[in-house]
Amino acid sequence: MTPLNLFLLLSALLFSIGLAGALTRRNAILVLIGIELMLNAANINLIAFWRFGPNPEALTGVMFAIFSISVAAAEAAVGLAIILAVYRHNKTTNLNQIDTLKG
Amino acid sequence: MSLFFLITAAIAIGGTLAAMTRRNPIHCILSLALGLVGVAGVYLALGAQFVGFTQILVYVGAVAILATFALMMTQGHIVSALIEPRRAFSRSSVSGFVTAAGVFSVLGWAAQSYRPLTPSTQQAPAAGAKEVGVALMHTYVLPLEVIGVLLTAALIGAVVIALPSEEERS
Repeated sequence: MTPLNLFLLLSALLFSIGLAGALTRRNAILVLIGIELMLNAANINLIAFWRFGPNPEALTGVMFAIFSISVAAAEAAVGLAIILAVYRHNKTTNLNQIDTLKG
Repeated sequence: MSLFFLITAAIAIGGTLAAMTRRNPIHCILSLALGLVGVAGVYLALGAQFVGFTQILVYVGAVAILATFALMMTQGHIVSALIEPRRAFSRSSVSGFVTAAGVFSVLGWAAQSYRPLTPSTQQAPAAGAKEVGVALMHTYVLPLEVIGVLLTAALIGAVVIALPSEEERS
């Protein structure tokens, strides 16, 4: 077991925790937080492969992680704004009660 | 394996586990902030200082606080309504956990059986603010501009979406 495998295992565990949260929680804000956790796990992978990869001077993984963090921040801002708009319309953020489109 | 990595990994796993299992959403978001600090520590253990500090600035400083604000603006006036009822094992939650466990077993199997083709570099490469800044201003200047446009669009879009519409205001 090399150090890289440990980092990959940690990232897989964080991804699964985020996935379980996003699938089971009923509060829309907490579902969004689960998605953020999954993005973070992907970032750990990028940094780990950069650190233990063949050509670390190019900083490719670091750049990818920085851009991914900024895209995740933009996504969080827009997602929370959408949740606020949905709350104003439905008076709830419980995903079981927001079922207008349910057939 | 260094002690620093083990401590930060434990903080990251514990914080995120608490964030996804606590019933009070405020506790969830605060544990999420703790878990993200742990992830930032993992970045530092990997030698990526700039990304670690960016993580603390963006996630702990902005995203967690933004989520707290969203929570306060949606259900903040009724504290008891925030706390989710203790759920029995419903079909949806069991299927969610089974899916996550399946994904983890596949990912974990792939992660522990991975062998790199090239031997890894032992010396941690430098990724401080200087190196990252030079790379951003030379090789990655076009993506930097695109990200700037994206963040501006996201900011304006978030404000427009969150603003009440005309009939709601009157």
